[in-house]
Amino acid sequence: MNFNLCPLETWVPRLTMSLSAKDKETVKTFWAKISSSGDAIGADALSRMLVVYPQTKTYFSHWKDLSPGSAPVLKHGATVMGGVGEAVAKIDDLSAGLLSLSELHAFTLRVDPSNFKVLSHNILVVLALMFPTDFTPEVHVAMDKFLAAVARALSEKYR
Amino acid sequence: MVKWTDFERATIQDIFSKIDYDVVGPAALSRCLIVYPWTQRYFGGFGNLYNAAAITSNPKVAAHGKVVLAGLEKAVKNMDDIKTTYKDLSVLHSEKLQVDPDNFNLLADCLTIVVASQMGAAFTPHVHAAFQKFLDVVVASLRKQYY
Repeated sequence: MNFNLCPLETWVPRLTMSLSAKDKETVKTFWAKISSSGDAIGADALSRMLVVYPQTKTYFSHWKDLSPGSAPVLKHGATVMGGVGEAVAKIDDLSAGLLSLSELHAFTLRVDPSNFKVLSHNILVVLALMFPTDFTPEVHVAMDKFLAAVARALSEKYR
Repeated sequence: MVKWTDFERATIQDIFSKIDYDVVGPAALSRCLIVYPWTQRYFGGFGNLYNAAAITSNPKVAAHGKVVLAGLEKAVKNMDDIKTTYKDLSVLHSEKLQVDPDNFNLLADCLTIVVASQMGAAFTPHVHAAFQKFLDVVVASLRKQYY
């Protein structure tokens, strides 16, 4: 049993809340619109996560400057969204596609999986403020499901 | 007792003075029902919630979204004692409505996203932090009377 699932999934195997064909289409279409802003999205999402959820700063004690828009935040925001882009490309098999990232998060970074939800929420907030007309409720639910699926794939190797 | 900085206090008053309750309330509630469909369990009497379009155009959802925002306004007007202000609302949600309090966070997240889409770049990290703190206090106050 994968105990990193949200409460609704614990009593049904992890095939529940998986991405439908429509979800994948919605994600790919929306991503095509926004991917050129990937770096900016990542930077804003990370910046605000560190301010709004200060417990996340504990993972970045090695950075000189954690303030919004600082050099390490900009660089890492771009790295994170690069990963999200990779996940979009491998949306049909996230477990296999994100294997090395999963191992990185499990064995090296060891980020508590609850933080994936926190960062996902901040990404969604940035998408809403940057793309208010495109980020409809339908796109919102597809992206939320997608980011949750990415988080599950990243948590796979944890134990 | 929750301590608010001058910035937080001013930010919350500013946000709520600027947003259109009649737009934001319905948008946040309908988004919650669409993005987290299990929340529909509390709205059996609302008629057609079959898909996103039905939810967005449902007049009962819209009316109730306004009720929710009116409730939030009470907290905005009583920021120094939201806990006491919400005592009856907390009892209502726990004993009569029997809402799982984890759902409060889901609606709060949807509200954040709707406000963010309205404010755009003005929803800076620090404004966002103040808003999140306000919602955390509101949710904690609504949970307070559950036993």
